[in-house]
Amino acid sequence: MTRQRGEVVVETRDLCMHFGGVRAVDQVDFTLFDRELRCLIGPNGAGKSTFFKCLTGQLTPTSGDVIIRGQEMTAAEPFEVASLGVGIKTQVPNVFDGLTVEENIWLSARRWHGDSRARSLTAATIERLRLGDIRRTLVGQLAHGQRQWVELGMVVAAEPWLVLLDEPAAGMTHEETYRTVELIEEINKTSALIVVEHDMQFIRMISRTVTLFHEGRILMQDTMEAISADPRAREVYLGHRA
Amino acid sequence: MLRQMRPTLVYALLGIVFMFAAPHVLQLFTIINLTTAIALAILALSLALIWGYGGILCFGQVAFFGLGAYVYTISAINIGGSTWAILIAVLLTSAFAAALGYFIFFGRVSDVYLGVITLTVTLIFFSLIRRTSGPEYKIGKALLGGFNGVSSPPINLPWDARTFLFPEQVFYVAMAALILCYVFVGWLVNTKFGRVCVSIRENELRSELLGYDVRLYKLGIFTIGAGIAAVGGVMFCNGVGRITPDVFNLYNAALTIIWVIVGGRGTLIGPIGATFALFYLTSALGGQSVLNNNLVLGVILIVFVLLVPKGVAPTVIDWVNRRRRKRPVRSRRRRRGRAEDAR
Repeated sequence: MTRQRGEVVVETRDLCMHFGGVRAVDQVDFTLFDRELRCLIGPNGAGKSTFFKCLTGQLTPTSGDVIIRGQEMTAAEPFEVASLGVGIKTQVPNVFDGLTVEENIWLSARRWHGDSRARSLTAATIERLRLGDIRRTLVGQLAHGQRQWVELGMVVAAEPWLVLLDEPAAGMTHEETYRTVELIEEINKTSALIVVEHDMQFIRMISRTVTLFHEGRILMQDTMEAISADPRAREVYLGHRA
Repeated sequence: MLRQMRPTLVYALLGIVFMFAAPHVLQLFTIINLTTAIALAILALSLALIWGYGGILCFGQVAFFGLGAYVYTISAINIGGSTWAILIAVLLTSAFAAALGYFIFFGRVSDVYLGVITLTVTLIFFSLIRRTSGPEYKIGKALLGGFNGVSSPPINLPWDARTFLFPEQVFYVAMAALILCYVFVGWLVNTKFGRVCVSIRENELRSELLGYDVRLYKLGIFTIGAGIAAVGGVMFCNGVGRITPDVFNLYNAALTIIWVIVGGRGTLIGPIGATFALFYLTSALGGQSVLNNNLVLGVILIVFVLLVPKGVAPTVIDWVNRRRRKRPVRSRRRRRGRAEDAR
């Protein structure tokens, strides 16, 4: 399929997700272009993770539309979103604890390819993420940071054209965070990304367009420098006028 | 694939040896008894598949076992031969499980309620069939017979309804059925389908986020498990000679779970072995009146849950692996996880 840079790949129109009286996501209009790398930031409870769950089908929005590459995905199941070729990493690592690192990644590659191609892709992914030493270890025995990497490996092995990451650097060491930034830049060469994060350091390292959420709405959308300099953004984050 | 299946094939080979040796060594009475144990082992195998590998705690696996036995018996009486009856029993039971499973899995019923629903279905069968004594309750030529049950026509040679098999020959058939089902399940859990089912057991959301339709895989393994349980049911009513509604009672439903807990989830040979062991333990206890049978079973269950929570087979495998690791052999290529699953 030929896709040109600049094509809209994710769009939400008037998206609302209400829990009782709480408007976790309220009238959000959002657009992501192909090969774009977008960060979603905001203080706790700003609605970015809820918005993320609406995109991935983990939550069905109260109203509004989610359109992924021209397809209406508003009430879709997570597997239907993933089946479009979307790689998803959740906030809490969701991995197969009772299986080896190798098999975790194989299960991702095998979704898209036959057995032999899946196996070579698994080997390549393990190489690429430097998981070789622990390839036969059960994922349940790994440290938190390593589990995050296994999950990233599962995302990468599926060769997605769109990647959605919810707090990929949470609980990682400095070294691991730095490598995650590198990996994200590399993924971005071939696919669009949405990264939810509230680690400012991390966002600065990626430093592209940033969407700031506040109380369920998009407050502003600009470069990190512009947002850092903006008094409204400072107020949202620090709670006072600086 | 072959490498992962090696333990399965070794056990299957041992089974074949046993199958041909047993009738020469054991008495006919023991052989007939064994046929019943084999049938129950097939039932345990089916739960080992859907619970141990699929993560589906079906509290009413015995419903499919009993249904298979009833469908076989009623069809065999009506058709006047066992060949089609066996096929109908397996297919109809699978179809019933598929319909039940459709509502459970596509309705996203959670694990606990799945247990409740399947147990309830079992007990409904128990109450319904118990009330079918009297000449008005019949399907075709077969009287359902209420709590007395129906006597089951023995298996005959394929397509030859006049040559019935002797009990000794039924033993061969049952043992062959067990070995075939065992190898089939051992193969299935190593296919892509099987691995995806295991991944769903490990983390349903992750499987879904990889793009697998979890509902469909669960329905698939549930239906296959029911079909295997039906094979066990067919062998059971052949071993016993009749089928009664007692097969659907709470005791049997719980017993199936106990076999798998004692044998070990995530293995196949464990629950099969546990079935034989507990079957002979209950037979032995039946010959004395000091200890109550159910009391002993209850104690065994409690002891296992507290002291050997993983069950016998996984504990033994862990122990062997640990011993092997202690030795200074430089065998780095230990295949963990995947290989253990195949046993």
